[in-house]
Amino acid sequence: MAVTQGKGGGGGYALSTLDSLIAWGRKYSLYPFTFATACCGIEVMGAFGTHYDLSRFGAEVVRFSPRQADVLLVAGTINYKMAPVLKRIYDQMLEPKWVISMGACACSGGFYNNYSVLQGIDKVLPVDVYIPGCPPNPEGIIDAVVRIQKILETGAPRASERWPIK
Amino acid sequence: MSIVLDKLRAQFPSDVVSTHSDFGDDTALVRRERIVEILAFLRDDPDLRFDFAMDLTGVDYLGEDPRFEVVYHLYSLEKKHRVRIKVRLHEEDPVIDTAVSVWPGINWYEREAWDMYGIVFRGHPNLKRILMYEAFEGHALRKDYPKARRQPTIGPEE
Amino acid sequence: MAEPFVIETRGEVLDLQAEPMRINIGPSHPATHATLRFHATLDGETILDLVPEFGYLHRCFEKESENATWTQVIPYTDRLNYVSPLMNNVGYAMAVEKLCGIEVPERCQYIRVIISEISRIIDHMVCIGTNMVDLGALTNFWYFWKPREEVYKLIEELCGQRLTTSYTRIGGAMADLPEGWTDRMLSVCRGVIPECIADVNALLTKNRIFIERTMGVGPISPKDAIALGFTGPCLRAAGVPFDLRKDQPYLVYDRFDFDIPIGEKGDTCDRYMVRMEEMRQSLRIIEQAIAGLPGGPVNVDDPRFTLPGKDQVYENIEALMNHFKFIMEGVQVPAGEVYSATEAANGELGFYIVSRGGGGPWKIKVRPPCFPLFQGIPHLVKGQMIADLVAVLGSVNIIAGELDR
Repeated sequence: MAVTQGKGGGGGYALSTLDSLIAWGRKYSLYPFTFATACCGIEVMGAFGTHYDLSRFGAEVVRFSPRQADVLLVAGTINYKMAPVLKRIYDQMLEPKWVISMGACACSGGFYNNYSVLQGIDKVLPVDVYIPGCPPNPEGIIDAVVRIQKILETGAPRASERWPIK
Repeated sequence: MSIVLDKLRAQFPSDVVSTHSDFGDDTALVRRERIVEILAFLRDDPDLRFDFAMDLTGVDYLGEDPRFEVVYHLYSLEKKHRVRIKVRLHEEDPVIDTAVSVWPGINWYEREAWDMYGIVFRGHPNLKRILMYEAFEGHALRKDYPKARRQPTIGPEE
Repeated sequence: MAEPFVIETRGEVLDLQAEPMRINIGPSHPATHATLRFHATLDGETILDLVPEFGYLHRCFEKESENATWTQVIPYTDRLNYVSPLMNNVGYAMAVEKLCGIEVPERCQYIRVIISEISRIIDHMVCIGTNMVDLGALTNFWYFWKPREEVYKLIEELCGQRLTTSYTRIGGAMADLPEGWTDRMLSVCRGVIPECIADVNALLTKNRIFIERTMGVGPISPKDAIALGFTGPCLRAAGVPFDLRKDQPYLVYDRFDFDIPIGEKGDTCDRYMVRMEEMRQSLRIIEQAIAGLPGGPVNVDDPRFTLPGKDQVYENIEALMNHFKFIMEGVQVPAGEVYSATEAANGELGFYIVSRGGGGPWKIKVRPPCFPLFQGIPHLVKGQMIADLVAVLGSVNIIAGELDR
């Protein structure tokens, strides 16, 4: 059971149990929004497939509407034409929300350093977990989901709470 | 010599500037004035029958004059032969007639050549940007456009 | 157009026809396989006009390749059609080899045929799987991913990566086949893949819902398909027997015995059937290729294109100099231009390469097979419903990496 400090010193045991219960429910039922644009999208499909089954970790129900999703999984290259779309999707998602940046292109532009590619989605969005690789193994996606679950478990602040970093 | 190039030279003796068959590809450099007639001839002539417009692209030979080149790749389903038609355009006047009336499928290729090189296709039904966003300024694949110059819609400049 | 809806209200006729509705579909939409966008003009659910838009994955393949060496372009080609990356590698390597005037050894040609055909199979699996997901039939997706994982294991053994393979090189390949790879490939091609194709066939082909949703949806005549520039399974489904492997054979395809499936009406059902049959024919080709695989080197024996063996480099001063020059300068390709086309899973994948000599290309244009297909989508769905658009879009197999480059 995660132990979190009650705010202002009060609200000790009962509140933290409730928080833990909610965190337990949330972390095992994350609804990902797969914003898959490019090659990483195929590995996302592989992660949801039967071999690297992501539903073992609860993140099975893929939702294509930002209103219904918790985790924005950005998989693939984002270019300047697509960036406003991505930002809009992120803004439409409801709190609490997490962002996973999958693949070299989403993390930093990859090996595309040119007039059209956004050099990392963290230029426009706050990111919780970065998955390196080109493309990363589906096991990398599983690792990222487990890290999000750990963030939830320990009550660490989400990236959207820390954004923008001053 | 190849039948395609021979027929082309016979039909349009003043428009064909040069031909070659390097690396096995029949190529003809033609003038732009009667390009639509040339392409229609290539499509309709019973010995040639180029019914597929496989590709259209622009090339930027920066430093040479004329600077731009429009390259058509054609294929014949019946005769199973290919040809490459090239047209050179000057930098100050990169205008050529559209080939949409010959093959409707060449529509978007011409839009891409406009977007990337700034080659104007006279008579094109919808000559707008196709790969880059509308607000982008300049023509990205020209050799004098630096690779990493960004004009972001959102996000930082660098 | 919609008829006025007649309601008996004291003898008056109510006209419910309204203004056509303009709707935006995509670019972030589950059925548009991300990054495709349509501006649709609808009358109810019927599509009156459709304007497609793309460019949301434009990654500047051409500009990047102009600033790279010949070998550095190979990873960029992987990301073109990312569901069958080995085919793009093969297509590019063949184009540059045509320009250099070299021919790879026979063993390499057979290997290239094997990897092209297995890539074709996995590409068709993705296409049919995702197409059926859009129609609501999720099981085929799971079924198809099992053989894909088996094939990925083989590809990973071959070149170290599952998806972005970069396997071919100018003048050969990265490395020879590992020990026992052909046996494992044969067991996959005789075991998992045909079983999976049979399973999906049993689920779909005689399924009433599938037939209702795909038969007659998005038809195209052969004349229109040729005028629009279609190639590949979509053209063959329309009834035009055009396949580069038979019409302009490259590599060693002329030695193999296989058939080309041709459709009749060019609708979604035909496209699905053509792809299923092509997968079976690809299995035949792989069997024959593995049976006839010769021994010998994989890389061409030319110091301008192949690194000398390490034992030579340590013994021989010339080999050392060769090695140094090759690493520092890369492959040097003569000046000229060339267009080389292969039959990729989606159609004719062409590479138009302009070289001015030296270590890198002056221009590389990729002729993507999905470009004319995407252009033809309004032609396929005009007058039909939005749900038909979804079915047609999936069956035409638009890969944004290739479309936008």
